[in-house]
Amino acid sequence: MRLSSRARTSLRLATFGTIGLLYLPLALVFVLSFNSAASLAWPPRGFTTHWWSTFLDVESARAALLSSARIAGVAMLLAVVLGTMLSFALQSRDFFGKSTVSLLAVLPIALPGIVTGVALRNTFVRFGWDLGFLSVVAGHATFCIVVAHNNVVARLRRISPNLREASADLGATPRQTFLLVTWPLIRSAVLAGAILAFALSFDEVVVTTFTAGAGISTLPQWILNNFSRPNVLPYVTVVASLMLVVSLPIAWLAQRLSEGGND
Amino acid sequence: MRAVQRVGERLEQAARLGAGGRRAEGRGRPRSSAPLAGLLAPPLAWLLVVYVGSLALLVVSAFFSLDDFTGKVTTNLTLGNLDEAFTEPDYWSLVARSVGVAAAVTAICLALALPSAFYISKVARRGAKRGLVVAMILPLWTGYLVKAFGLRAIFDPGSGPGTGGLLSSGVGWSPGFGYASVVATLAYLWFPYMLLSVYTGFERLPDSLLDASSDLGAGSVRTFRSVVVPVLVPSIAAGSIFTFSLSLGDYITVKIVGGTAQMIGNIIERALLAPNQPLAAAFTLWPIGLMVAYLWTMGRLGAFENL
Repeated sequence: MRLSSRARTSLRLATFGTIGLLYLPLALVFVLSFNSAASLAWPPRGFTTHWWSTFLDVESARAALLSSARIAGVAMLLAVVLGTMLSFALQSRDFFGKSTVSLLAVLPIALPGIVTGVALRNTFVRFGWDLGFLSVVAGHATFCIVVAHNNVVARLRRISPNLREASADLGATPRQTFLLVTWPLIRSAVLAGAILAFALSFDEVVVTTFTAGAGISTLPQWILNNFSRPNVLPYVTVVASLMLVVSLPIAWLAQRLSEGGND
Repeated sequence: MRAVQRVGERLEQAARLGAGGRRAEGRGRPRSSAPLAGLLAPPLAWLLVVYVGSLALLVVSAFFSLDDFTGKVTTNLTLGNLDEAFTEPDYWSLVARSVGVAAAVTAICLALALPSAFYISKVARRGAKRGLVVAMILPLWTGYLVKAFGLRAIFDPGSGPGTGGLLSSGVGWSPGFGYASVVATLAYLWFPYMLLSVYTGFERLPDSLLDASSDLGAGSVRTFRSVVVPVLVPSIAAGSIFTFSLSLGDYITVKIVGGTAQMIGNIIERALLAPNQPLAAAFTLWPIGLMVAYLWTMGRLGAFENL
């Protein structure tokens, strides 16, 4: 691409400037979690690790961390199983309504979360199901299906159908072909989808708010309920930073895994 | 990341297919339909029963009423909720403001995504490309609240000297909590979706087209208008579905950096907590209707590109 060196430089500046802006708020939250003053005011008053070392003593935060992990784990399993099945179904051949089905899978993350949340809550309440662990898991699984599905279907598209046909020609049963040929090829994509589904569920706020009853509080819920309480605020920055340092490397790993089948 | 990029592509495809640009992609390999049905049934049943079923039930429940005595939802049908949600001028202006916020967020995301996506796709060294895309997308997975909270720490106007956030203490000026901060925060939150879509669009645009355009004497503005934009329209439309939709329904960012600002999401939540579920359902018809119209329009844009 021919460009004047001035255009080149300004484009580079714009790009790196944008990346800088993207990470500035994240860095800020991390820095403020070591602030000795219990406020978001800049500049920080002093350095302390007190909040980090004591946040596990905050009973409600610990419980929220646990329930977040449990919900994300189960929602991830459901989403991976359903999403992978969907990928195999949509990849195998054309059928009537195929494009509608893929649009349907995207809708739960393309429509505003509040619509999904209010709709699911309404259904659960109407049928007399208790709002709690299971209703939150059902809500999360619904919008996580698409993440698992997208990773697996993209990998399936890259696998030559010849491989499976060769396997069948050599006398393998469909089961053997799946276990010995297809599965090893898609394994890393399934894992990447699982990681991203877990991350998506772990971070989710809106659907959780509406599908959780009084008894359940996830980590994002806990942040939302406490950010305006001055005495809990420092722990909110710690929890937020914790989510940051856990999710960044994990998302990076998922990215590597999902590209693994490229070559 | 990759996943979102694919979601974008999928949305584009779906938009094009939905608008009548159907292309045959048959593989022509006959297979039995039994395994297909078995694989398709569970996920499809889940999406149809849990998701579509709930949406349908939600629409129906907008016609239900509250028992005057007990305050419980009864299935006595009424138009009262719709009347309140759709004829109050106050709600009209609230909806207009929400649409304005969503449109502003989309415009800002696009304005920021175009130069970066162009640089990464067409200018950056091949080896640096992937790293740059990952750097732009990674924040998408770090949690909504972490980011909204980070921006609160930036925009916080404080209540006196030394109590403000990064902007008011560091620069001496802050927009404070209000619509401006809401727009900036939402744009920050959903920017990666737009970037990925636009980047995917640029990747589909052959370099030779740009070179040919300048060989034929077009300046950069003309090339952008006549060559780049037509190719990018479906990608931009796909990205805008996320930036527009996710902003339109938002109510949490408004709580964190919005001060007294209100959006559709806030009145839905308020009605639900009242608790007046049927009225909340009637309010959700606003975002549902707006998004259906928006998706339809974007489908048309994708279709134009195919002509």
